[in-house]
Amino acid sequence: MAADNAAGTATIHTGPGYTGSYFDTPLDGRTGLWSWLTTTDHKRIGLMYLAAMTTFFLVGASLGIMMRLELLNPGLQYVTHKQYNAMFTLHGVIMIFLFIVPGIPAILGNIILPLQLGAEDVAFPKLNLLSWYVYMAGAVMAVTSLFTGGGAPDTGWTFYAPYSLRAGTNVSLAVMAAFVLGFSSILTGMNFITTIHRLRAKGMGFFQMPLFCWGLYATSWIQVIATPVVGITLVLLGMERWVHIGFFDPARGGGPILYQHLFWIYSHPVVYVMILPAMGIISEILPVFARRTIFGYKAIAMSSMAIAGVGYLVWGHHMFTVGMSDTARWVFSLLTFLVAIPTGIKIFNWVATLYKGSIALEVPLLYAVTWIFLFSIGGLTGLVNGALSTDIHVHDTAFIVGHFHYTMFGGAGIGLIAGMHYWFPKIFGRMYDKKTATVAWGIIFVGFNTLYFPMLVLGIMGMPRRYADYLPKFHTPHMISTFGSWILVTGLIIMIVNLVRGARRGPKAPDNPWGGTTLEWQTTSPPPQLNFARTPENPGDPYDFTRIIAERGQGR
Amino acid sequence: MSTQAAAATGHVVHRDPIGAKTGMWLFLFTELLLFGGLFVIYTVYRHMHGADFHEAAHELNKVMGVTNTFVLLTSSLTMVLSVAALQRGLKGRSLQWLAVTFLLACTFLVIKFFEWRAKYHHHIFPGNPHLAELPAGEDLFFNLYFMMTGLHGIHVVIGMIVMSVVFAKIRSGSVNAERHGTLEYTGLYWHLVDLIWIFLLPLFYLTN
Amino acid sequence: MHDSHAAGHEEHVHIVPDGTQVLVWVGLLILTAITVGASVWFPGHVGVGVALVVTPIKAALILMFFMHLKYEKPVFRWMFLVAVVILATVMGLTFFDYSHR
Repeated sequence: MAADNAAGTATIHTGPGYTGSYFDTPLDGRTGLWSWLTTTDHKRIGLMYLAAMTTFFLVGASLGIMMRLELLNPGLQYVTHKQYNAMFTLHGVIMIFLFIVPGIPAILGNIILPLQLGAEDVAFPKLNLLSWYVYMAGAVMAVTSLFTGGGAPDTGWTFYAPYSLRAGTNVSLAVMAAFVLGFSSILTGMNFITTIHRLRAKGMGFFQMPLFCWGLYATSWIQVIATPVVGITLVLLGMERWVHIGFFDPARGGGPILYQHLFWIYSHPVVYVMILPAMGIISEILPVFARRTIFGYKAIAMSSMAIAGVGYLVWGHHMFTVGMSDTARWVFSLLTFLVAIPTGIKIFNWVATLYKGSIALEVPLLYAVTWIFLFSIGGLTGLVNGALSTDIHVHDTAFIVGHFHYTMFGGAGIGLIAGMHYWFPKIFGRMYDKKTATVAWGIIFVGFNTLYFPMLVLGIMGMPRRYADYLPKFHTPHMISTFGSWILVTGLIIMIVNLVRGARRGPKAPDNPWGGTTLEWQTTSPPPQLNFARTPENPGDPYDFTRIIAERGQGR
Repeated sequence: MSTQAAAATGHVVHRDPIGAKTGMWLFLFTELLLFGGLFVIYTVYRHMHGADFHEAAHELNKVMGVTNTFVLLTSSLTMVLSVAALQRGLKGRSLQWLAVTFLLACTFLVIKFFEWRAKYHHHIFPGNPHLAELPAGEDLFFNLYFMMTGLHGIHVVIGMIVMSVVFAKIRSGSVNAERHGTLEYTGLYWHLVDLIWIFLLPLFYLTN
Repeated sequence: MHDSHAAGHEEHVHIVPDGTQVLVWVGLLILTAITVGASVWFPGHVGVGVALVVTPIKAALILMFFMHLKYEKPVFRWMFLVAVVILATVMGLTFFDYSHR
C-alpha cells in the first residue's frame, strides 16, 4: 500500500468561485429537482440515498411492528401462516438488502469519505450516480415482488433450496432484485477502494487516514469480492426455477446444502460490510468526545482488515445443523472464535480511549457508548452460536433473532444513527435540538432492549424463529417484546422527526461544533460543492487534539 | 463536471489513468468471483460424481473446444497488438487489429452455436426432460456445461458490443494515443474472457 | 511512473514489444497442445494433473504479459493475489464439508 503514492499525483486543483454550500445551485448551472437527479456530487448522492433508505427502513420497520403485533398473543389473530412467512421474508429482504448493506457506506460513506480524505469527490462520480439508480431499480423490483406473480415471497430472506426452487410466490423477481442491489453495492465498493488509493490528500498516507476510512476500505473489499458469489447463486436459483438445471435440487442429484454454502459465502462476509463502517464511526466519535487521541490507531486499522479477511472463513457456522460433515463443523467453529479477536481488540481500545478523557456527554457519545453495550451483547451471544454444542440448542430459535438484531440493529443501525447525529451539523449546516435527541435516545435504548432481550430468553426456552404461533409458556416474554417494539418505534419516530426539523429550521451550526480534528471539520458547514476552498495538504495525525485543546481548553 | 463549468470556475480536472485502471481491475475481480461460484459447484459435483462426469464428457466435441481455444488465444494477441498500436499512435493499424479481434470473437460464437445446436438435437439442453433421465452426475455435468459456457458466451457478446463502440470512438478520435484507456480496459476485459475459457477447456472438454 | 505534467496528459506508457507478445501467444498455443495431448494419450490422473499444472501457467502468461500485470505497480499484483487467494480459500473450505462426508 505504501507503494501506491497516489497522494499528490491525482490532486484536483481548486479555484475561484468555491463559496456557498453544495445545496446552492451547482457550478454547472442546473437547478431544481433535475440538478439532484443528475448530480455527481457525492454529498447530494449521499442525501438521495438517505431519503430512499429512510423510506425503506420505515417500510421494513412497519413489517416488523406487524409481526410483533401478531406475536403479542398465542394463536393467529391477524394473519395466516403463509402471510406471516411473507412478512418476515420481506422484512428481511428490505432491512438487509435495501437498508443495512448499502446503509452507512451509501449515506455517510458517500458524504464523508472524500471530505475526510481531503478530496473533491470520489474517484468515479458518474459511477456513483449510477450506483444510486441501480439501487433504486433494485428497490423498485423488490417492492414490486410484493404485488405481482404469486405474491410476496415466503421463503425467508435466505431463499433456501429446495423450497425456493418451486415456491409459487414471486421468488424470481425478488432474487433478481437482490442481484441488481448487489450490483449497486459492488459499484460503491469499487469507487471507495479507488478513492482511498488515489485521492488521499498530499501527505496523508494510509496510516494517517481517519479510522472511518479504514472501515470503509475493508468494507469495500468485501463488497467487491463477496457480492458476486451471491450474485451467481441467485442467478442459478432463477435458472433453476426457469429451466430446472438442478444444481440445488436433490431430485436431480443436486444438493440444497451447496446452495447454503454459496449463499453464506457471501452472506457472512456481508455482516462485516454492515458493521465495519459502524465501527469506524465509533472510532471517530469517541476521541472527539473524550478529547483524547484514539488508543491504538494502528491496531484498530489493522483489525478492520483482519475482520474482513477472517470473515471469509466462517460461513459454515450458519449451517451447523443442516448436515455438513463433522470435520467442517469443528473447523468452522474454531475459525468463528478467531474472528472475535480483532473485534475484542477494538472494544478494548475504545474503552481505553475514554479512560481519563475529558468526556462531553453529547448525543453522538450517548449513541456510541450505547453501541458498545449493544454490540457487546450481540457479540457475546455470537459466541454461544459459534460453539457447536450450544448452537445445536439455539439454532433457528428466537435466540438467533435476538443475536443478529443486537449486532445488526444495535451495531449497524445505532452506528448509522450515531454517525448522523455526529456529522449532522457538517451535512446540513444546522444543529438539531439536543434535548429532544437525548429523550429520543433514552426511549430508543429502553425500547431496543425491551424488544430484543426477551428473544434471547425465548430462544433458550425453545421458541423457534419464523413461527407466527407459539405455546402458551412463551406468552409473557413475547408480550414484553411486543411492548418493546412500540417503545422503540416511538423513539425512532421522535429521533427522525427531530433530525428532519433540525435540517430545515435548526440553528445554524459552526464549522466545527464538536472540536473534531479530521479534515471534514476544516471546511464550512455545509461544505461547498467541491468540499474545500483550498486543497488540504499534510494534515498530520488525524486524532491530535493539542491544537483543539489549546484553542478550546480541556473543559467544554 | 462539464467543461463549461470547469472553464467558468478555472477548475482543472486531471485525468487519473492509474485510478481508472484500478477501478477496471476491481471490476475484473468481481467477474473472477462470479465465475468462481460456478467453479466451486463444478468441483464439488465432480468430486461426488467423477465417473458420471467422465462419461458425459464424451458427448462434447473436443475438436470444436480446442479450436475455440486457439481462436480466443489468438484474439487476445490481436487485442494486445491493437492496444499497442494505438499507444504508438498508429490509429489505422489499431483499428485493423481490433477488427480482427472482433471477427475472431464472431468465429468463437459461430463454433459455439454449432456445438450447442448439435447438443440440442440430441435432447441435451437445459429444460429438456431427457436430462432428468440421465444419471445424476451426467445431468449435472451438462447443466454446468451450459451454465458456464453460456455465461461465458454472454460475456463474449458483451465484449463484442464494447469493441464496436470503442472502434467507433477510435475512428472519431475520442480514443487516441494520449487517451487510450478505454481501449486498454476493453483489452483487460477481453483477456479475462480468454482467461476464463482456458479454465473451462480442461474442465469440460478434456475430462475424458 | 512519472507524474502528470499538464492537464489531460497521460503518463509515459510502457508498451510490451509486439515480438514478445507473439512469443507469449506461441507459448500459449504450445501449452494448450500439451494439455490436450496429455488428456488424449495419458487419460486419467496424468492428464488431469498436467491440466492442473499447465492451465495456471497459461493464466499467468496472459495476466503478466497480455494484461500487463508484470509491468504494473506492485499494488495491482497484490490486489489480484488477494482476490485469487480468497477464491481458493473459499473453495478449499467448502471441501472440508464434501471431502469428509
